[in-house]
Amino acid sequence: MKDIDIKGGTVNFSGANGDQIEGYLAIPVAEGSRGNVVVIHHMPGYDRATKEIALRFASMGYNALCPNLHYREAPSADSDDAAAASRANGGVPDERLIGDVQGAKDYLAELPSSNGKFGVIGYCSGGRQTFLAACNIEFDAAVDCYGAFIVNNPAPEFPVRMNAIADQAPNLTAKLLGLFGVEDQNPSPEEVGRLDEILTELGKVHEFHTMENAGHGFFATDRPSYRVEAANRGWELIRDFFAENL
Amino acid sequence: MCTYIVEKVEIKGSAKGRNGWFSSDEVVVSFDHPVHAMDDHTLNIDFLKSDGSATDRVALEIRPADALKFAKTILAVLEEAPDSLK
Repeated sequence: MKDIDIKGGTVNFSGANGDQIEGYLAIPVAEGSRGNVVVIHHMPGYDRATKEIALRFASMGYNALCPNLHYREAPSADSDDAAAASRANGGVPDERLIGDVQGAKDYLAELPSSNGKFGVIGYCSGGRQTFLAACNIEFDAAVDCYGAFIVNNPAPEFPVRMNAIADQAPNLTAKLLGLFGVEDQNPSPEEVGRLDEILTELGKVHEFHTMENAGHGFFATDRPSYRVEAANRGWELIRDFFAENL
Repeated sequence: MCTYIVEKVEIKGSAKGRNGWFSSDEVVVSFDHPVHAMDDHTLNIDFLKSDGSATDRVALEIRPADALKFAKTILAVLEEAPDSLK
């Protein structure tokens, strides 16, 4: 694929409840009509690694916007400090997440280069949030990267505030690509299999891939969980999926 | 996975952060993904101001087994100190 010039930087837009939040926008420099991707960051925050993912989507020819889901907790703080504040407050509420993703999609829709097609992708907690967003907002394509607690509620010993959201699956409008690791326990291959069954029963268009020799976080290049073969295969699948649907 | 296992402790003390010393009145202890440590999950300790200024934070990310040693050491040192000084 030919390299293209891109640019990235911080933008502000309205999120849930009309709150002004920030996001990282990465787009190709050239004019043109192109698809759009909302990137949902993982729980450790609106960090450099996630911004690099947005830049990668721009280099693939998409407009990409990553909303800072922790912006309200600490508007002027570093992303890791804001993530710590969010964690101390119990994480990002589901309703706020939906509003912030809607705001990011609306921002992308206003770009002159938008072709009116929209994708959403998220990692770890963002995988679950991708599924949640795609069940509440109209998207053309959604990519869930190892999101837990979609089918299974957290175990009783985990004081996680979030609940399973598979009951929202009938509202899913986007085509869904799911990327998981066979060694992951959250979501386990069994939970992934159950979600696959639910979506099949509902007639939802989806394809799931469970990578060998990979666990949770296999895309994360700056973490020991990184698995280069699974990550490269995952990026190929994302490339083809977005090319077909955006 | 993100565990969101979080406990808060009120304290009275001081911590030294990026802007120098500050009065810390809250410690948040969690077990979750670290930002920097090379482990999937760590015991994380944040010394904070409870007024919500997230910038004043002293953060630790410790392997679980080491965190247990750390906690036992805190208890041992406190035990060693004379009661008259506590």
